[in-house]
Amino acid sequence: MKHYSAFSLLRHALNGNESWPRAWRSPEPKPSYDVIIVGGGGHGLATAYYLAANHGVTNVAVIERSYIGSGNVGRNTTIVRSNYMIDGNTQFFEFSLKLWETLSHTLNFNVMLSQRGQIVMAHGPVGLDVLARRGNIMRLNGIDAELLDRGEVMKLLPYLDYSSDARFPIWGALLQRRAGTARHDAVAWGYARAADGLGVDIIENCEVQGFIIEDGKVSGVETSRGRILAGKTGVAVAGHSSHVAKMAGLKLPIESHLLQAFVTEPIKPLVDHVLSFGAELFYISQSDKGGLVFGGHIDGFNSYTQRGQLPKVQTVAECAVALMPCISRLRLLRHWAGIQDMTPDGSPFICRTAVSNLYLNGGWCYQGFKATPASGWCFAHTIAHDEEHELNRCFSLDRFEKGRELDEFGIGNWTYKQ
Amino acid sequence: MLRITCPFCGERDYTEFRYGGDASKRRPEHGSQDMKAWHDHVFVFDNPKGPHTEYWQHVLGCRQWLVLERNTATAEVGPSRAARERPR
Repeated sequence: MKHYSAFSLLRHALNGNESWPRAWRSPEPKPSYDVIIVGGGGHGLATAYYLAANHGVTNVAVIERSYIGSGNVGRNTTIVRSNYMIDGNTQFFEFSLKLWETLSHTLNFNVMLSQRGQIVMAHGPVGLDVLARRGNIMRLNGIDAELLDRGEVMKLLPYLDYSSDARFPIWGALLQRRAGTARHDAVAWGYARAADGLGVDIIENCEVQGFIIEDGKVSGVETSRGRILAGKTGVAVAGHSSHVAKMAGLKLPIESHLLQAFVTEPIKPLVDHVLSFGAELFYISQSDKGGLVFGGHIDGFNSYTQRGQLPKVQTVAECAVALMPCISRLRLLRHWAGIQDMTPDGSPFICRTAVSNLYLNGGWCYQGFKATPASGWCFAHTIAHDEEHELNRCFSLDRFEKGRELDEFGIGNWTYKQ
Repeated sequence: MLRITCPFCGERDYTEFRYGGDASKRRPEHGSQDMKAWHDHVFVFDNPKGPHTEYWQHVLGCRQWLVLERNTATAEVGPSRAARERPR
């Protein structure tokens, strides 16, 4: 792997940028590997990278049905934060944010982390109390959090609706300064390139169609490019976890739902932070190209179609305008729906499964992107040692049986049951 | 827009309805002590990529529950029937 540096940038610029090497190889699959990771998204690639970098397991293949960056890692709203307050989540997501802070150096690839701060609004005194409690718990765990009153919010965000008849008055907010955004596809490319540099085979356009299982033990996968054997197999295909797990005879506490995201036409810098609305699920930031990037709630029924429903577009637009009336005349440039795993408690799985040598990483609900580094770190540990890391011990499949749910936000797949 | 045919009111936008989950599941008998069965009923989902039989309630219409056939891979909506007429 050629090291990227200011010098290499300059040298290639002088050459007209025509001799950049491929960022990763395109190998033919070998007949067998020590570990196969199914799914070449952010989590799968990060897992492969940490297997090689942390555990010295380099005979690894990442098998991706399409091309790298084609899935949810290239389709999210790019928010990175650690404002959690349930034990298990808190430590995991803070560890993830710490990995984010050094990720560009670790991978020798600029993931364009921008710690612009995330601000969650409170629209009444109770909402502010709730945020104060969250902020206090974060601070007790050594995570940065600041409670802002209405005046401080007005100073930071002068463009919100502060009128006397605002439907959702701004009462205050919780600010995490270290939160922000990162360039999503750079994360996929950076991990792919770094993993490849350590000897991991990234096999694109290769669909896993089944598992080879004997005596309750997985020994490889059947793919569209033939049979590939593996000592251990990790599944990181969030969105399609149920679909893939079914091939191994597993039924999961997961439903696939549609989550829509939106980008407006580009405008001059306006939104300097990541904002979250306190009255509904709505979050917004501004991309480097100037488009406002935002999203809302899931569509509300299980689907794999990647086609969002229009009424949700209206709801999300209403949230946007309630918070920021000044953007009411902006046009949407793009809008799309991604498929995501929703779990009953809104928290993920990184764990062993009932099938030996088969490991699961999924159930990411709304929070997969920010978790990418820690998810890969912990999943690699779980696979390498056949045992959960301290940070992902809570993310087991049996937590519902044991009454140890992690219902951080009270949002699971069953919005329709509430 | 997903359009659902209510057996009582006819074809309407899905926004008039509330989703109610997988209709092929069978709830354990009341009083059942089988915690595994309850766990699976409440927390585990078949989540198929393809045909799905599911409950909807026409909350902004006749308020009746219905059972709908929908394909989760194509968004194709099939026939519906009143939930109370579901074959047992």
